[in-house]
Amino acid sequence: MVDFFYNTNLGIFLLVTLEALLVIVLLLVALAFLMYADRKIWAAVQMRKGPNIVGVFGLLQSFADFIKYIVKEIVVPAGADKPVYFLAPMISLVFPLIVWAVIPFADGWVVSDMNVGILYVLAASSLVVYGVIMGGWASNSKYPFLGALRSAAQMISYEVSIGFIIIGVILSTGSLNLSDIVRAQDGNYGFFSWYWLPQLPMVVLFFVSALAETNRPPFDLPEAESELVAGYQVEYSSTPFLLFMIGELTEVVFMCAMISVLFFGGWLSPIPGLPDGILWMVGKMAFFFFLFALVKAITPRYRYDQLMRLGWKVFLPMSLGWVVLVAFFAQYHLFGGAYARWVVGG
Amino acid sequence: MDGLLRAYLPVLVFLGLAIIIGAVLLLAAVVVAVRHPDAEKISAYECGFNAFDDARMKFDVRFYLVSILFIIFDLEVAFLFPWAVAFKDVGPLGFWSMLVFLAVLTVGFSYEWKKGALEWE
Repeated sequence: MVDFFYNTNLGIFLLVTLEALLVIVLLLVALAFLMYADRKIWAAVQMRKGPNIVGVFGLLQSFADFIKYIVKEIVVPAGADKPVYFLAPMISLVFPLIVWAVIPFADGWVVSDMNVGILYVLAASSLVVYGVIMGGWASNSKYPFLGALRSAAQMISYEVSIGFIIIGVILSTGSLNLSDIVRAQDGNYGFFSWYWLPQLPMVVLFFVSALAETNRPPFDLPEAESELVAGYQVEYSSTPFLLFMIGELTEVVFMCAMISVLFFGGWLSPIPGLPDGILWMVGKMAFFFFLFALVKAITPRYRYDQLMRLGWKVFLPMSLGWVVLVAFFAQYHLFGGAYARWVVGG
Repeated sequence: MDGLLRAYLPVLVFLGLAIIIGAVLLLAAVVVAVRHPDAEKISAYECGFNAFDDARMKFDVRFYLVSILFIIFDLEVAFLFPWAVAFKDVGPLGFWSMLVFLAVLTVGFSYEWKKGALEWE
């Protein structure tokens, strides 16, 4: 039986499909509750109750919303380019979902243990911007068009900084494999041997860039209700809109997973002696999602010129300088080799 | 099945599953929901008046500029990846050559900055 799943082509295919299905289904169910958590946290900060009617404490709110989306009418605007109009939400859903193939949930618990994991992540998440641009262009309406332009410019601006920040981590690790990056953070000091300590400034930069990259407040310029109504999603309704929403939230949760893996030791336990495992990974992701939700509730929106200034004139020079600095530290083994942990062969 | 194929098969499977989920959701609304389009409903959204021309209009050249800058810097990141992975093997020569490369790019970057390519009034 084991032999069938590991050695025959059909068996491997079935095994991979089951694993992928497990990840995607668990993720989508988790998204429903994370959406609820997001709204609850937002409400709590503003001293409101938030969703509390559907189910106990409103726990089933997201499922009710889901049904509502499905029974809504799909309105296709008159001048829309129909194939592109429907392709856009598909792209926005598909690419944030497929990056989960390389996220390690525990040691060895990864669907695809490819050795260029980071490259794959960057490639797939860069393609999300096409969904935005196509959605805005295909609608043939002014607000989506402007929203899409802004959104695309914003996403690509911060992608550069994210790339540089990741380079810093890779310099210290010598591998593009996400599991290797986590293993390189395994040390005797638990919490204090992870990358967040040597890479501290970049943790902050990565978090803020992740906010901008996923169009979350305070960088939700595309959705700036007061000026652009809802950016590239204006003309979307029903399930196409739902796909955009799911894609966006998946990306947010994915960014939480990336922060956990790159800087906070993935599945590693923060206290030496406690067993490592998937619970730590999930806990870290939940914590960073909490921070994402909190930021949404407590920060005012940026202006567009401030956003671009921050991206190009502050984050880009800082992350570029940091790459040089880390390379220097690693080359000359400064700080006790904290920047040169090539434990994995590489 | 060799190791390389085994590592990349999940990507295909994920792609297939994601497309199926997306298509099912799209079709669900097509099947379940009512559709009564009328001229007002399907007209493009505008703020208080009818849309009077095509929305695919001229846009600010700075968006174009940002995408060009993005290509330059993203290519730079792409160059940095192999260097970062092989960092411990390339030695001092590799280290300093990359610093020269980065210095050249920094000169270009400061030129853009001085020229005002990064300004959004």
